[in-house]
Order: sequence, then structure tokens, then C-alpha cells
Amino acid sequence: MTPALEINNLHKSFGKAEIIRGIDLSIGQSERHAIIGPNGAGKSTLFNLITGRFAASSGKVSLHGQDLAGLAPFEINRLGLSRSFQITNIFPKMTVFENVRCALLWAKGYKYSFWHMVSRSRDLTEGADAILEQINLTARRDLPAGVLSYAEQRALEIGITIAGGADVIMLDEPTAGMSHSETDYIVDLIRKVTEGKTLVMVEHDMGVVFGLADRISVLVYGEIIATGKPEEVRGNPRVQEAYLGAALEAEH
Amino acid sequence: MTDISQNPQARQHGGVTLRVAMPWIVGAFLILVLPFVFQSNSAITIMNQMSITIIFALSYNMLLGQGGMLSFGHAVYMGMGGFLCVHVMNWDMFGSLPLPVLPIFGGIMGMVMALIIGSFSTRKAGTVFAMISLGVGELIAACSVIIVVFFGGEEGISGDRTYGMPFLGYEFLSQIEVYYLIGFWLFVSALLMFLFSRTPIGRMANAVRDNPERAEFLGYSSRWVRFNSFVAAGFFAGIAGGLFAISYEILTEENLNLVTSGSILLVTFLGGVGVFFGPIIGAIVFTLLQTVLSLETEIWSLYVGALFVATVMFFPSGLAGVLMMHAPAFKLGKWQMLIVPYIKTLVPAALCIVGIAGIVEILFHARHSAVGETEMTLFWITFDHTSIMPWIVFAVLAIVGFWITRKTAPDLVEAWHAATTPDEVSR
Repeated sequence: MTPALEINNLHKSFGKAEIIRGIDLSIGQSERHAIIGPNGAGKSTLFNLITGRFAASSGKVSLHGQDLAGLAPFEINRLGLSRSFQITNIFPKMTVFENVRCALLWAKGYKYSFWHMVSRSRDLTEGADAILEQINLTARRDLPAGVLSYAEQRALEIGITIAGGADVIMLDEPTAGMSHSETDYIVDLIRKVTEGKTLVMVEHDMGVVFGLADRISVLVYGEIIATGKPEEVRGNPRVQEAYLGAALEAEH
Repeated sequence: MTDISQNPQARQHGGVTLRVAMPWIVGAFLILVLPFVFQSNSAITIMNQMSITIIFALSYNMLLGQGGMLSFGHAVYMGMGGFLCVHVMNWDMFGSLPLPVLPIFGGIMGMVMALIIGSFSTRKAGTVFAMISLGVGELIAACSVIIVVFFGGEEGISGDRTYGMPFLGYEFLSQIEVYYLIGFWLFVSALLMFLFSRTPIGRMANAVRDNPERAEFLGYSSRWVRFNSFVAAGFFAGIAGGLFAISYEILTEENLNLVTSGSILLVTFLGGVGVFFGPIIGAIVFTLLQTVLSLETEIWSLYVGALFVATVMFFPSGLAGVLMMHAPAFKLGKWQMLIVPYIKTLVPAALCIVGIAGIVEILFHARHSAVGETEMTLFWITFDHTSIMPWIVFAVLAIVGFWITRKTAPDLVEAWHAATTPDEVSR
């Protein structure tokens, strides 16, 4: 079976600074994969390379066996990959409902149509309301997205990310800056909405990572030093030395 | 506090409700009835001008308000459409073409121009787009004195609308017939532009305006979305140009240049870019100021400029935004609370403005009138600008008006807050 996402010998340099230094990674279908690593390890850069926000210096990324080289973000999205952002990235002036509806338009086949009325499309309205129900924002439906609380905006971001029905979901630090209860809420939400889908996620919160991920990759200075099941990674001495020890100590 | 939802009426799926159709019915009724209220020829000319400006401003707002593209060269598309229509009027085949169809030629011309220019200018929004639009605007305006065959050089080109094939027996000799022709196109264009904003591509134009990057990660090319809005805006600008050609039968370089492009930005912003009907209000107010005020005073553009600056500074959402601010008060049924505070503040404010305007007018007259001509008429009173009394009266008006306004403004703000907050929260 082809992996959902495969990365071969990926490199990225900004000028002389080499940020990603040869990454090989294979993520299977319906796998929940977490990428962890210290600050500045290149996690977000890796995300941006996969999703076409940046072009790689060398190496290859393939989605379901298809090479993504040279494709624009919107083309990659149409192939079934969707992402969220580390910094909340929604449509602040539009209502919560409209945010989700916009995320549905392409997937429901409306594309660049100028002969449909969005308000008269039952599948759009019902689809968007179903997503709102799923992310618990039904009560906020008609508010401008910009006035929601931080956790709600993050939930909306996840809603937008999954709405298009992509089967590979990439979440960049979905719980960053959240309180404990908010984190629990978002983790439950992620578990619920990524059922049966491939999830790739960057995360700092170890509790979230070990609770959610099937496999973990540890990224340090642009290289993956370990990949495996949570317990394997936890036991790996290199990982403990490079990252986990420090992070676990810091938590105490 | 959180109850600031813009569209609390749930947009349920389904047919056209009376609530949605009502503004359009009222609009159509007004278009039909207004000439019976304002019967003079000059009034009808003003209304024609107004209608054309409304279409142009709505088309401009497809870029600015809906798509987040600040254009400094939108007159190009209206002007090119207009020029083509005048040329069509001069063709032999015009005799077999009913006049009401003519604006379509303008629309297609505007659209073709937008196709060409949009193909490279819509790559990015923001400053890049604004600069390209400015450059292209200058370029085309410069062409108008170079390509004399099409643009007619400095005197422009003119035609005669009455050579067209009579339409249902009308030859469009009189202003009132032209009025209804323009009114028809105003209604159709406004409705189509409104419907465009409700389509998937229209909604995505808003999304791209708010956050182009996020739109890309939803499967949409921001550039293609912008390009589509741009072409549609070009089409309606061309329609406005065609109507201009019909109404005035002449087009010159003025219809293409930066002044026209700049003034439509002003009109649109004045009315408000955030809501669909904003540019309509802007076009009406601006045309009235331009025509009525310019009859009263030579320095009318000073007042328009002041109004524009005040709008940008104090009401960035425009006149429509100011109106929309009062929607909650009406919804809560507490708008009566606002009447007295408004009178208390707006009357002195108006007196203050009258005072300042009076001083400016006397000053202008004193500096610019012919030597020895010291008599002037202002606010229906004739006086001598060398005497001290008028200066004192206007200065007192300005100062006292300003002082009372300052005094009562906080009460107005308080009343407004009370009127727009639901009762249980305010207790």
C-alpha cells in the first residue's frame, strides 16, 4: 500500500542557513503521526515544504504516491491535503458559518461558479452546520470569526481544515497557548474529526503527543533522529539526550 | 457586548423571501417614480448622472470592498466602454441597433480591457495591484492623446444617440426617455452585482480579501478569484461607460484619467465599502454635492474634501456604516431615545459648520472677487465683506456651535450605547 505521505531526502536552505538537512519519512494511511522537537528544529518549515508554501531546495514529497514538486498550495489542497496554521489563520471579518462554508465550496464541486447562489444550496448550508455541530460552535454561527475566543478560533481553524474532506490533515501546534481544559477540549476534537484519516501534527505538549499519536518523529536541527511508537521514542537514549529529557525536566 | 452579529437573520436555505426582495422592490419603485417628483430637466440630468455613478461605484466596490483590491485606474474600464459605444453610434449599423442594447458593447469592451490588464495585475493584491492600476491608468490616459483615431485627441469624440433604431417607438430625444433607459440598466446591473456577491466565486472574493493564504489552502487560487472579480467589475464599469456615452454623447480624455479614477474611490469610500449598498449612498451624496453645491459655491470641492477626510477619520465604514450602527437601536425598539440627544448635538454642530463655512466663503470672496465688488450673498443674506459684522456673526456661530457640540457629544454617545444595548445587560 502506498503511504499517504512520503518524504525522501528533503533539504531546504535559506541562503547559507540549512534548515532541513535530509529528511526521510513515510506516513501510512490513517496513521496519527506527531512531529516533535525543540524550538528552531525546523518543524514548521517542514510543514511549509510539504504543503507547498515554500519550495524545497532538493528532495521529494509525495502524497498518495504523487509527486508534489512545483504544485501551488491550492493544487496540493485539491489532491486531498489540508492544513492548519500555528498562528490562527481564519477569515476574521466573515461569520463563523461563512468561514466553514467557504472551506466546503471547492470540495462540494462549486469551484469558481458564478451561477449558483450559495444561500440556496442545501448541501452547503447543511454541510457547514454539521461541521459547526462537530466543532461545538453552533451557538457562535452568525458572529464574525474575529470576535471568538482564542480556543474557539483554534477550533474553527480545525473545522475549516477538515471541512473540505481532505484525507491527510496537517495541524501545526493545534494546542499552542491554551489552558489545560482548552487543550483537553481540542484533543478530543482532533481525535473525533480525524477518525479514519491521516493526521500529521506538530506539537509541543507532550501529554497531547503521547495521548494522540500512533507514531512519533523527533526532529532536531533539521534531521529526524528517531521515528517510532511513543514508548519506543520515549525510551530512545538519543531522543532523551537531545530533547525529551530537557522537556520532561522542564515540565516538573 | 457579544451581540454585534451583522446578519442575525438566519439565512435559511430556500426561496426568495419578501425580506430579501423588499429593497429591490423599493428601489425599482423609486426609479420609476422619482421623475414624477423631480420633473425639471436639470433634476433628471442629475438623476441620470447619479445612476451612472451608482453603477460605476458598485463596480468599483467589487474590487475594493468585496475583493480587497485598491484600484487607482478604474476609470479606464468605464472610459473604454464609453469610447467604444460612441464609435458604435457613428457606425452605419447603428441604425439597425436599438439604443438600450448599446451599453452591452461598453460592457464587453470594459471586460476585454479587464481581461488583458487583469491577467497580470491581479497576481497580488495590496500595493502591487494598486501601483499597476495606477500605471495602467496613466498609460491609457496618455494613449488618448496619441491614438487620435480611437480617442479623438483633446476634444474627444462625439456621437448622436438618436440615430439608433427606434425602440418601441422611442427615439430617446428627451432626457426622460434616457432616464428610464439608464434606470433599467441601473436596476439590472445592481441586481446582477448583488447576485454575483452571493455566488461561490463572490463569497471566495471576500475570503481572499480577508486572508488570501488561507483561501489557497482551501483549494482556491487567490489570483484566479481576484481575476474573476476584476473581469466582472470591468464589465459593469463598461456598462456605466456605455450609459455615459448615451447620456452625454461625448467622451474625452477626462473619462479615463486619474481624476475620475480617484473620485470613484472617494465616492465608494464615502458611502462605505463594507456593505453592498454603501456605494449607492456614496454616489447619491457625491452627485448631489457635485451638482447642487457647485451651483451655490465655487469652492464646493473644499467641502467635499473635508467631508471625505472626516469620513475616513471618524467613520471608516462610511455613511452606510453610520446607518448600520443604528440598526441595533431599531431592532431593540429604542430609537426614540436617540432623537433628543441627536437634536441637541447635531443642531449646534450644523451651526458650527455654517459658521466655519461662512468665514471661509467671506475670505474667498474677499480674496477673489473683482476689485471694488465687495457685496456678496450668503445664506440668502446680502452683505458687504468689508464690514466687520458678518465676520463676528459667523465666528460666534462657529465657536458657540463648537462649544455646545463638545458639551452635548458625551450625552449622545451615552444615549447611543443605551439604545443599542439590550435592557437586561444595561441594568
